[in-house]
Amino acid sequence: MNLRNVLDRLDGELLTPGSDLGLEFTRVFASDLMSDVLAFTGPGELLITGLVNGHVVSTAAVADVAAVVFVQGKRPSAAVVGEARDNRLPLISTPLSTFEACIRIGSPRSDA
Amino acid sequence: MEEDLCYRQEYSLKGGEFARAGEVSRRIKDLLKELGLDVQVVRRAAIASFEAEMNVIMYAFQGTVRLAVTPADVTIIVDDHGPGIPDIELAMTEGYSTATREMRELGFGAGMGLPNIKRNADVFRIVSEPGRGTRLEMTFARDGRPS
Repeated sequence: MNLRNVLDRLDGELLTPGSDLGLEFTRVFASDLMSDVLAFTGPGELLITGLVNGHVVSTAAVADVAAVVFVQGKRPSAAVVGEARDNRLPLISTPLSTFEACIRIGSPRSDA
Repeated sequence: MEEDLCYRQEYSLKGGEFARAGEVSRRIKDLLKELGLDVQVVRRAAIASFEAEMNVIMYAFQGTVRLAVTPADVTIIVDDHGPGIPDIELAMTEGYSTATREMRELGFGAGMGLPNIKRNADVFRIVSEPGRGTRLEMTFARDGRPS
Protein backbone atom coordinates (compact mmCIF):
# COMPACT_ATOMS: atom_id res chain seq x y z
CA MET A 1 0.00 0.00 0.00
CA ASN A 2 1.16 3.54 -0.65
CA LEU A 3 0.26 7.02 0.61
CA ARG A 4 -2.08 7.67 -2.31
CA ASN A 5 -4.14 4.64 -1.19
CA VAL A 6 -4.15 5.97 2.38
CA LEU A 7 -5.42 9.39 1.29
CA ASP A 8 -8.21 7.73 -0.71
CA ARG A 9 -9.27 5.28 1.96
CA LEU A 10 -9.21 7.77 4.83
CA ASP A 11 -10.67 10.76 2.99
CA GLY A 12 -7.38 12.27 4.00
CA GLU A 13 -5.75 15.61 3.37
CA LEU A 14 -2.04 15.79 2.68
CA LEU A 15 -0.57 18.46 4.98
CA THR A 16 2.85 18.35 3.34
CA PRO A 17 2.31 19.12 -0.35
CA GLY A 18 4.97 17.67 -2.57
CA SER A 19 5.40 14.49 -0.51
CA ASP A 20 5.91 11.34 -2.55
CA LEU A 21 2.47 9.71 -2.68
CA GLY A 22 3.96 6.58 -4.18
CA LEU A 23 5.78 5.91 -0.89
CA GLU A 24 5.12 2.27 0.02
CA PHE A 25 4.76 0.79 3.50
CA THR A 26 3.85 -2.65 4.71
CA ARG A 27 2.98 -2.14 8.37
CA VAL A 28 0.79 0.24 10.33
CA PHE A 29 1.20 1.27 13.96
CA ALA A 30 -1.55 3.15 15.80
CA SER A 31 -0.69 4.81 19.11
CA ASP A 32 -0.74 8.04 21.06
CA LEU A 33 2.22 6.85 23.10
CA MET A 34 5.47 7.96 21.52
CA SER A 35 7.24 5.70 24.01
CA ASP A 36 5.56 2.76 22.29
CA VAL A 37 6.44 4.08 18.84
CA LEU A 38 10.09 4.14 19.89
CA ALA A 39 9.89 0.68 21.43
CA PHE A 40 7.74 -1.31 19.06
CA THR A 41 7.86 0.02 15.50
CA GLY A 42 10.19 -1.03 12.73
CA PRO A 43 11.57 1.25 10.04
CA GLY A 44 9.22 2.42 7.30
CA GLU A 45 5.91 1.97 9.15
CA LEU A 46 2.85 4.22 8.89
CA LEU A 47 1.95 5.88 12.21
CA ILE A 48 -1.67 6.69 13.07
CA THR A 49 -2.04 8.99 16.08
CA GLY A 50 -4.20 11.54 17.81
CA LEU A 51 -1.23 13.49 19.14
CA VAL A 52 -0.27 16.60 17.19
CA ASN A 53 2.64 18.05 19.14
CA GLY A 54 6.17 18.43 17.83
CA HIS A 55 7.33 15.31 19.64
CA VAL A 56 5.42 13.21 17.14
CA VAL A 57 7.65 14.52 14.36
CA SER A 58 10.81 14.13 16.47
CA THR A 59 9.86 10.59 17.35
CA ALA A 60 8.93 9.72 13.78
CA ALA A 61 12.19 11.13 12.47
CA VAL A 62 14.27 9.18 14.96
CA ALA A 63 12.35 5.92 14.45
CA ASP A 64 12.31 6.13 10.62
CA VAL A 65 8.51 6.27 10.47
CA ALA A 66 7.38 6.52 6.81
CA ALA A 67 4.46 8.91 7.32
CA VAL A 68 2.06 10.10 10.03
CA VAL A 69 -1.75 10.16 9.92
CA PHE A 70 -3.56 12.44 12.40
CA VAL A 71 -7.05 11.27 13.27
CA GLN A 72 -10.30 13.08 14.24
CA GLY A 73 -9.53 15.93 11.86
CA LYS A 74 -6.64 17.08 14.03
CA ARG A 75 -3.94 19.23 12.48
CA PRO A 76 -0.55 20.08 13.93
CA SER A 77 0.65 23.70 14.03
CA ALA A 78 2.39 25.28 11.06
CA ALA A 79 5.69 24.99 12.95
CA VAL A 80 5.25 21.23 13.37
CA VAL A 81 4.31 20.84 9.70
CA GLY A 82 7.41 22.81 8.77
CA GLU A 83 9.54 20.56 10.91
CA ALA A 84 8.05 17.53 9.19
CA ARG A 85 8.84 18.98 5.78
CA ASP A 86 12.42 19.60 6.88
CA ASN A 87 12.58 15.91 7.76
CA ARG A 88 10.79 14.86 4.56
CA LEU A 89 8.08 13.29 6.68
CA PRO A 90 4.66 13.19 4.97
CA LEU A 91 1.73 14.22 7.21
CA ILE A 92 -1.92 13.38 6.57
CA SER A 93 -5.04 14.49 8.43
CA THR A 94 -8.21 12.38 8.38
CA PRO A 95 -11.64 13.12 9.87
CA LEU A 96 -11.90 9.45 10.91
CA SER A 97 -11.26 7.96 14.35
CA THR A 98 -8.23 5.77 14.99
CA PHE A 99 -10.45 2.67 14.97
CA GLU A 100 -12.15 3.56 11.68
CA ALA A 101 -8.85 4.55 10.06
CA CYS A 102 -7.29 1.20 11.01
CA ILE A 103 -10.30 -0.71 9.68
CA ARG A 104 -10.27 1.12 6.36
CA ILE A 105 -6.54 0.62 5.88
CA GLY A 106 -6.75 -3.01 6.91
CA SER A 107 -9.72 -3.92 4.70
CA PRO A 108 -8.88 -5.84 1.54
CA ARG A 109 -9.60 -3.61 -1.42
CA SER A 110 -8.55 -3.48 -5.02
CA ASP A 111 -6.36 -0.39 -4.66
CA ALA A 112 -3.73 -2.02 -2.44
CA MET B 1 44.93 1.63 13.74
CA GLU B 2 41.74 -0.35 14.30
CA GLU B 3 40.74 1.40 17.53
CA ASP B 4 41.55 4.91 16.35
CA LEU B 5 38.83 7.37 17.14
CA CYS B 6 37.32 8.67 13.93
CA TYR B 7 34.74 11.02 15.37
CA ARG B 8 33.92 12.62 18.70
CA GLN B 9 31.26 15.15 19.63
CA GLU B 10 29.71 16.54 22.80
CA TYR B 11 26.28 18.08 23.33
CA SER B 12 24.57 19.79 26.27
CA LEU B 13 21.03 19.20 27.49
CA LYS B 14 18.91 21.25 29.86
CA GLY B 15 16.21 19.75 32.01
CA GLY B 16 12.68 20.89 31.22
CA GLU B 17 13.48 22.08 27.69
CA PHE B 18 10.70 20.07 26.08
CA ALA B 19 10.58 22.32 23.03
CA ARG B 20 14.11 21.22 22.06
CA ALA B 21 13.65 17.57 22.90
CA GLY B 22 15.09 15.32 20.23
CA GLU B 23 17.44 17.90 18.69
CA VAL B 24 20.60 16.24 19.93
CA SER B 25 19.50 12.77 18.87
CA ARG B 26 18.59 13.96 15.42
CA ARG B 27 22.00 15.60 15.06
CA ILE B 28 23.62 12.36 16.16
CA LYS B 29 21.50 10.43 13.69
CA ASP B 30 22.43 12.77 10.83
CA LEU B 31 26.11 12.49 11.73
CA LEU B 32 26.05 8.70 11.85
CA LYS B 33 24.29 8.64 8.49
CA GLU B 34 26.91 10.98 7.03
CA LEU B 35 29.63 8.70 8.34
CA GLY B 36 28.01 5.92 6.32
CA LEU B 37 27.03 3.59 9.14
CA ASP B 38 24.58 0.75 8.59
CA VAL B 39 20.99 2.08 8.64
CA GLN B 40 19.88 -0.36 11.34
CA VAL B 41 22.77 0.63 13.59
CA VAL B 42 21.98 4.31 12.99
CA ARG B 43 18.32 3.71 13.87
CA ARG B 44 19.09 1.79 17.06
CA ALA B 45 21.61 4.41 18.20
CA ALA B 46 19.19 7.25 17.42
CA ILE B 47 16.31 5.62 19.32
CA ALA B 48 18.46 4.85 22.37
CA SER B 49 19.93 8.34 22.31
CA PHE B 50 16.45 9.88 22.03
CA GLU B 51 15.17 7.88 25.00
CA ALA B 52 18.17 8.99 27.07
CA GLU B 53 17.75 12.59 25.94
CA MET B 54 14.07 12.55 26.94
CA ASN B 55 14.99 11.17 30.34
CA VAL B 56 17.36 14.07 30.97
CA ILE B 57 14.80 16.62 29.80
CA MET B 58 12.02 15.04 31.85
CA TYR B 59 13.83 14.28 35.08
CA ALA B 60 17.22 16.01 35.38
CA PHE B 61 18.50 19.58 35.71
CA GLN B 62 21.10 19.30 33.00
CA GLY B 63 23.04 16.72 31.08
CA THR B 64 25.84 16.01 28.67
CA VAL B 65 25.79 13.65 25.71
CA ARG B 66 29.12 12.42 24.44
CA LEU B 67 29.34 10.60 21.14
CA ALA B 68 32.40 8.65 20.05
CA VAL B 69 32.68 6.74 16.81
CA THR B 70 35.51 4.33 16.12
CA PRO B 71 35.96 1.97 13.18
CA ALA B 72 34.48 -0.75 15.40
CA ASP B 73 31.61 0.86 17.26
CA VAL B 74 29.56 3.85 18.34
CA THR B 75 29.48 4.83 22.01
CA ILE B 76 27.05 7.32 23.51
CA ILE B 77 27.50 8.38 27.13
CA VAL B 78 24.83 10.49 28.79
CA ASP B 79 25.63 12.07 32.16
CA ASP B 80 23.07 14.06 34.03
CA HIS B 81 22.85 16.13 37.19
CA GLY B 82 19.53 15.21 38.68
CA PRO B 83 17.70 13.24 41.30
CA GLY B 84 19.29 9.94 40.32
CA ILE B 85 17.57 6.56 40.41
CA PRO B 86 17.23 4.92 43.85
CA ASP B 87 16.24 1.49 42.51
CA ILE B 88 17.73 0.76 39.09
CA GLU B 89 16.22 -2.71 38.86
CA LEU B 90 12.75 -1.24 39.35
CA ALA B 91 13.44 1.55 36.85
CA MET B 92 14.46 -1.06 34.27
CA THR B 93 11.07 -2.76 34.55
CA GLU B 94 8.87 -2.14 31.53
CA GLY B 95 5.91 0.01 32.50
CA TYR B 96 7.39 1.40 35.70
CA SER B 97 7.36 5.18 35.54
CA THR B 98 7.53 8.24 37.76
CA ALA B 99 6.45 10.55 34.94
CA THR B 100 4.23 13.54 35.55
CA ARG B 101 0.93 14.15 33.79
CA GLU B 102 2.59 16.75 31.55
CA MET B 103 5.14 14.19 30.34
CA ARG B 104 2.44 11.62 29.63
CA GLU B 105 0.34 14.15 27.71
CA LEU B 106 3.31 14.64 25.42
CA GLY B 107 3.30 10.92 24.66
CA PHE B 108 6.19 9.90 26.91
CA GLY B 109 6.74 8.58 30.40
CA ALA B 110 5.25 5.15 29.77
CA GLY B 111 8.05 3.38 31.57
CA MET B 112 9.61 2.09 28.36
CA GLY B 113 12.66 4.35 28.10
CA LEU B 114 15.40 2.52 29.97
CA PRO B 115 14.29 -0.97 28.83
CA ASN B 116 14.19 0.33 25.26
CA ILE B 117 17.71 1.71 25.53
CA LYS B 118 18.89 -1.69 26.76
CA ARG B 119 17.03 -3.43 23.92
CA ASN B 120 18.61 -1.25 21.24
CA ALA B 121 22.17 -1.07 22.54
CA ASP B 122 24.64 -3.92 22.14
CA VAL B 123 26.20 -3.01 25.47
CA PHE B 124 24.36 -0.99 28.10
CA ARG B 125 25.52 0.19 31.48
CA ILE B 126 23.74 2.39 33.99
CA VAL B 127 25.16 3.94 37.13
CA SER B 128 23.20 6.24 39.36
CA GLU B 129 23.73 8.07 42.60
CA PRO B 130 20.53 9.31 44.25
CA GLY B 131 20.66 13.04 44.79
CA ARG B 132 23.50 13.53 42.31
CA GLY B 133 22.75 12.06 38.91
CA THR B 134 22.84 9.20 36.46
CA ARG B 135 25.23 7.94 33.79
CA LEU B 136 24.11 5.83 30.85
CA GLU B 137 26.66 4.20 28.59
CA MET B 138 25.56 2.53 25.40
CA THR B 139 27.63 0.93 22.69
CA PHE B 140 26.56 -0.18 19.23
CA ALA B 141 28.74 -2.47 17.12
CA ARG B 142 29.10 -1.00 13.64
CA ASP B 143 28.92 -4.37 11.95
CA GLY B 144 25.67 -5.36 13.63
CA ARG B 145 24.90 -7.11 16.87
CA PRO B 146 27.67 -9.15 18.48
CA SER B 147 27.03 -12.89 18.56
